Amino acid sequence: MDLRLNRHRRAGLAALATAAALLAAGCSSQGGKKAQEADSGIAAGKADTPRLRIAMITHAAPGDTFWDTVRKGAKSAAAKDNVDLVYSSNPSGADQANLIQNAINQKVDGIAVTLAKPDAMKGAIAKAKKAGIPVVAFNAGLEQWKSMGLLEYFGQDENIAGQAFGKHLNEIGAKHNICVIQEQGHVALEARCAGVKKTFKGKTDTLYVNGTDMPSVKSTIAAKLKQDSSIDYVVTLGAPFALTAVQSAKDAGGKAKVATFDLNKDLVSAVQSGDVQFAVDQQPYLQGYLSIDSLWLFKNNGNFSGGGEKPVLTGPAFVTKENVDTIATFAKNGTR
Amino acid sequence: MTHTATPAAATPPASPAAPPKSRTAERSLARRALARPEIGALVAAIGVYLFFFVAAPTFRQADSFATVLYQASTMGIMALAVSLLMIGGEFDLSAGVAVTSSALTASMLSFQLTANVWVGVIVALLVSLAVGLINGLLLIKTGLPSFLVTLASFLMLQGANLAITKLLTDNVATDSITDMDGFDQAKSLFASEIGVFGVDVKITVLWWLIFAAIATWVLLRTKFGNWIFAAGGSKESARAVGVPVNLTKIALFMTVGFAAWFVGMHLLFEYNTVQAGEGVGNEFYYIIAAVIGGCLLTGGYGSAIGAVLGAFIFGMVNQGIVYANWNPDWFKFFVGVMLLLATLVNLWVRRQAARR
Repeated sequence: MDLRLNRHRRAGLAALATAAALLAAGCSSQGGKKAQEADSGIAAGKADTPRLRIAMITHAAPGDTFWDTVRKGAKSAAAKDNVDLVYSSNPSGADQANLIQNAINQKVDGIAVTLAKPDAMKGAIAKAKKAGIPVVAFNAGLEQWKSMGLLEYFGQDENIAGQAFGKHLNEIGAKHNICVIQEQGHVALEARCAGVKKTFKGKTDTLYVNGTDMPSVKSTIAAKLKQDSSIDYVVTLGAPFALTAVQSAKDAGGKAKVATFDLNKDLVSAVQSGDVQFAVDQQPYLQGYLSIDSLWLFKNNGNFSGGGEKPVLTGPAFVTKENVDTIATFAKNGTR
Repeated sequence: MTHTATPAAATPPASPAAPPKSRTAERSLARRALARPEIGALVAAIGVYLFFFVAAPTFRQADSFATVLYQASTMGIMALAVSLLMIGGEFDLSAGVAVTSSALTASMLSFQLTANVWVGVIVALLVSLAVGLINGLLLIKTGLPSFLVTLASFLMLQGANLAITKLLTDNVATDSITDMDGFDQAKSLFASEIGVFGVDVKITVLWWLIFAAIATWVLLRTKFGNWIFAAGGSKESARAVGVPVNLTKIALFMTVGFAAWFVGMHLLFEYNTVQAGEGVGNEFYYIIAAVIGGCLLTGGYGSAIGAVLGAFIFGMVNQGIVYANWNPDWFKFFVGVMLLLATLVNLWVRRQAARR
């Protein structure tokens, strides 16, 4: 027994030593963490207003790059405004409502919430208002924020963004596209595809994929492209899916082109290289930043944007080969 | 799923062997309490509660506790039915999406027929019971393990949820039925709030406890309860002594159907519209809650009170992490760690109890 323990320990030490040696020998001359640190993010000074506690509650599924950017925006606003930011998220409507209740129990000074499932949020938001907590909506809920009596809204109209997307496809002469939806039963994603379908003169097919499983996303799109050779455009609703669709198009013979909603760092490079034709950006960083900053303004000076009547639109902003270079510098920081 | 008869299953707790009279009665009472399946879960629940009581100041408030109880109740009602099924020796992986199916059925049927919402509610109940019946019949007729049978029905329901919703509403969520006849009545039954000492508590908490009491009574005081233990402990021996095993299993699957209907109705009347894609993955939480509560994966052992405690632990962990303001990126990781610890405490307590 003792002997075996010793053998185990020796094996462990040997493994550690090997790992250390590999780390020391395997430095990369480019890229990696060092290069990332050299590109500094945005930083402003810091307000001397009293410390506030603001809860940000989203419907983000874990592991979506889009929400990283939203959170970065929220974080930099929080750092500047002397705000203690409490972030939580859950894709299920009922659970998200519970998180709002949770924030109310914590007696936060403000709540920024996404209304992807507006009906499910109604009760919890009414409670927040009853408790005297100001609530702003962002990213989703353009139709409902006013009727729920929220302070302001930051985001884009998904259907209008979809329509703009469809028009752009007409301009570049697309004939037949598939709109790839990565999460079954997500209202905002459906609204985008509906918008594309509305203005696009050719044929639009919807394709459902399982967004939490990239290999299956890749093969499903490839299979669809092989099955119907008349498809000349793949429309994806998130940057990671666009990059996967590029590979699917290659697998299927490379005839179909890719265009997408939403950006991330790698997607900017893909637009530069021509792998992805264009992207529609709704500026997630701005959404996160403004949500927090607006609550700070409201708390300290009673200001609110849009006069309680009109939303503050953060998109659609088209990113094409012509203007991508200016955005690339910001995208490197992971803030666009 | 294998059916190895555990010693515990051989004698269901309903008829404990008479303790020897040589010891004091007090000692035998303590012994009997320690031999209960839920005792480990009770210790774990107290541990988790104290942990968050210290770690998160907000957790100590009454309204926070009401939030925790609410979260535990919707899961707990399902966990109760799932624990009965597991004691009966079977799994149901379709339980998570079945909740959504039921809510979708009630909502869309009422809306499309412009009927009183109670029509939708009743039809949804029939549909949910039918799903349970089909699961049970498939299990018996095919002889496949329930893990496989219900995995298939899980995927079928998930697809049907989306496809039928899209077909009828051209959308992925149902239309709101808040302004239709009977909505308010149904809301007061399934989704109202009751004031307890000045704190609003959701009615599901009350229903959860009522159902738990019924389930406990059935398990420990009725013939059917004995059948459940027997069917889960050893199918062949149970058949040999005249237990209608097939009937018992079908009834258990239908019980899960009933619970799915109830929770589905709550979601519908609490949140007004139903998203077609929700509910996936919850089936594992129900199973976890049952296991923390002392159910064995092999069947024939467990308790309804244990499932209540299991769901309560889950609710505390779920909300407690947020109250404690831990980094949300680690949320699932913390949940996993907590559940592992709770299960280990449970196991350890049970071993201690067995050793005496």
